[in-house]
Amino acid sequence: MAEYYRLFLAQARGQAQYRASFWFDVAASTGFGVIDLLGVLVVFHASGSLGGFTQAEGLLIAALAGAGFALADLVVGSVERIRNYVRTGLFDAVLLRPLGALGQLIAMDFAPRRAGRAVLCAALIPVTAVGAGVQWTPVRLLVAVLAPLCGAVLFGAIFVATATVAFWWIDSGEFANSFTYGGRDFSTWPATIYGGVFRRVFAYGFGFAFAGYYPALILLGRPDPLGGPPWLAWLSPLVAAVAAVVAGLFWRRGVRQYRSTGS
Amino acid sequence: MPPLTVYWALVRAGFRRYSTYRQATVAGATTNVMFGFLRTYGMFAAAAAAGGVLAGYDRPRLATFVWVSQGMLATINIWGPPEYAERVRTGDAVTDLLRPVHPVWQLLAVDLGRAGFALLTRFVAPVVVGALAFGLYAPARWSTYPAFALSLVLALLVTFGCRHALFCSVHWLLDVRGPMTAWVLFSTLLSGMVFPLWILPEPLPALVVYGMPFASMVQAPMDVLVERGDPLRLLLTQAAWAAVALPAAVLIQRRGERKMVIQGG
Amino acid sequence: MSAVIETRGLRKEFVVRKRAGRFRRTRHAIAAVDGVDLRVEAGEMLGYIGPNGAGKSTTLKMLTGVLHPSGGDVRVCGFEPVPQRVRLARGIGVVFGQRSQLWWDLPLRESFDLLRHIYRVPPSEHAARLARCRSMLELDPFLDTPVRQLSLGQRMRGEITAALLHGPAVLFLDEPTIGLDVVSKQSVRAFLAEVGARGDTTVVLTTHDLADIQRLCERLVVIDHGRVVHDGTLAALHARYGSRRRVVADLDAPLDRPVAVPGADLESTEGGGARLTYALDQPPGALIAALAQTGVLRDVKIEEPDIEEVVARLYKDR
Repeated sequence: MAEYYRLFLAQARGQAQYRASFWFDVAASTGFGVIDLLGVLVVFHASGSLGGFTQAEGLLIAALAGAGFALADLVVGSVERIRNYVRTGLFDAVLLRPLGALGQLIAMDFAPRRAGRAVLCAALIPVTAVGAGVQWTPVRLLVAVLAPLCGAVLFGAIFVATATVAFWWIDSGEFANSFTYGGRDFSTWPATIYGGVFRRVFAYGFGFAFAGYYPALILLGRPDPLGGPPWLAWLSPLVAAVAAVVAGLFWRRGVRQYRSTGS
Repeated sequence: MPPLTVYWALVRAGFRRYSTYRQATVAGATTNVMFGFLRTYGMFAAAAAAGGVLAGYDRPRLATFVWVSQGMLATINIWGPPEYAERVRTGDAVTDLLRPVHPVWQLLAVDLGRAGFALLTRFVAPVVVGALAFGLYAPARWSTYPAFALSLVLALLVTFGCRHALFCSVHWLLDVRGPMTAWVLFSTLLSGMVFPLWILPEPLPALVVYGMPFASMVQAPMDVLVERGDPLRLLLTQAAWAAVALPAAVLIQRRGERKMVIQGG
Repeated sequence: MSAVIETRGLRKEFVVRKRAGRFRRTRHAIAAVDGVDLRVEAGEMLGYIGPNGAGKSTTLKMLTGVLHPSGGDVRVCGFEPVPQRVRLARGIGVVFGQRSQLWWDLPLRESFDLLRHIYRVPPSEHAARLARCRSMLELDPFLDTPVRQLSLGQRMRGEITAALLHGPAVLFLDEPTIGLDVVSKQSVRAFLAEVGARGDTTVVLTTHDLADIQRLCERLVVIDHGRVVHDGTLAALHARYGSRRRVVADLDAPLDRPVAVPGADLESTEGGGARLTYALDQPPGALIAALAQTGVLRDVKIEEPDIEEVVARLYKDR
């Protein structure tokens, strides 16, 4: 691990030379977080409630999901640059060092300048929880802390898996956004608003309901309006773990693909 | 002024250039479809909670608003890469001055060609998916169709003018990352691509729709299409913003050129 | 002596899609490397050349664990490159002329320090190797400059240092002199010659600049269409392709009848007969003597066979 930490420090030192740019990025990241929450506020304001959830409850879902996404974006978000690495041959240099490829990429691209949104959303979790009238118990406290972390693992897995597509499809361009930013938008809202197959695929297939919706149900002490069994809401850690394993396996297939085709 | 055939050739070149980006077109259309579903369900839920109609939009109008606006995003190229700024930064833009065609009209012609290709692909794909999945609103008046076509062209002109004016800031700032980020922030919230602007709390809607250019890029054509509000007023608003944005782009371009010629970049 | 690099029947196929008609695409398998057998002993310095697309870089990538071979065996430092990539990486150093391994925004000094940690090199060893590179490659003037501000020549000297700091048993260099100015080229060559002369590092070098080969490599492997077409010394290459020495004679006055000696062919006549160029199959003594007898010989020059020409001929025959 020490080597990866060194790589990260080197990257951070490099970035620190562009001080104005750094603070600009922090501000922009916060700005995008604010914009997303404003969007949630506007829609709730116009409709009163959404999918059976009040504005306060909806904001709690958005804060939990937003914190998970932002944390993942902070740590592995730049893995989408793999396209450029493959195109420029930088990926070769990564494979020539005596360290794991994914670990190197994460350490090299870890972007503290994107912390704005993560800090904003994390700070909003207790605020929105109080606003939604959460009755605190030690278990719920633990859920409030763990939920963004599980969400981060889930979104991190989505970032890695969609970026891996570039090993086969170098011009995949915006394709990954459907699942990364699309997944973020999906999990910002109560899962009850979606219909039919679309909900089944994204809420359960990709697991996005476990980033904000189900942890919020636990905090609020509400049964699942979708009729899921009570234990379903507690599966977030398992869903995150499965997603991470699947993404890891897919990544390894991707690297093998790269090795058989080159750039 | 060069003959119209020159501009026509530029339009065709723009069309051809973008028609070679097939894979990016497929990837982009996929994203539009994904966000089409997300936004439709969000708007339907909001309408259901508000009693079936949200700020004057019923379900077919909301579905149309969402899916057609997803198609429009690529057509007006609201978030496209700042190519001109990149050309200035690398110094390639100097060669544009050597051509006997005004740089802004030259870029506009190419952009129209690009929009033509986007209209056939990126616009059609989400509209078809939306129509199959949710059904779309059929305009009641025949005059809505030509009005929408005109509104679409005006949206394209406003977007092009605003974006080019923004790109020209590269002549002074050397890097357009700041202005571009601000552009994405504002255009996300205030163009109508995330939600119809009429659901904003009073007195914001009128202020945003008429007092800022963003609504003329997405919201106005959608309102014309779903026949919400007076189409003439919407078209006049768009025309007014086009009449501001394009001359502003030409003016700032001229200033920037002078700076480039005098200071060499 | 044991082989540091050994390949047997090494192959790499790529699948290429070709457009056939408007929408159909057909798939072809193309062998970029087609059965390469290579054995490189410890301490050898090997030049690996071939025209563009001959399979040089592909071979190098298979030897360094970046690409997976489609067939054949490969062992480098006793490792199978792809499955044992991380362990192999500690034993080899790689320089890609057109790609950087250094940290763009950091001074060279910090890149080197980072590499020490990544490769887990004891500080004393690191310091000793760095000191040697610093003096030989004259790194000191730009050691604290961020890499992005270095000239190409400076950067390349940094890259080579970076590849050697962990004391690799094999150094792979892909076009290390590409794009460099004459002075930088000479500096890089002199340093590599020294590395080779010390004998503890095996060097494999691909290049388009045959002066690199002439200066550095005893052994030369020429690859074309993915196959080895020559493996041996430079002299053997000349012998095989019949490259010949030349004699260029400048005369005070044109001759009525050019001098003719067995084994010397008159290649060209310039300046209305004032300059004659002969290509030789045997030592030039007899020809020069004959030329001297004409009484009008002003100057004579013997040109060694040109490797560029040999290789150009080799490439043209493909």
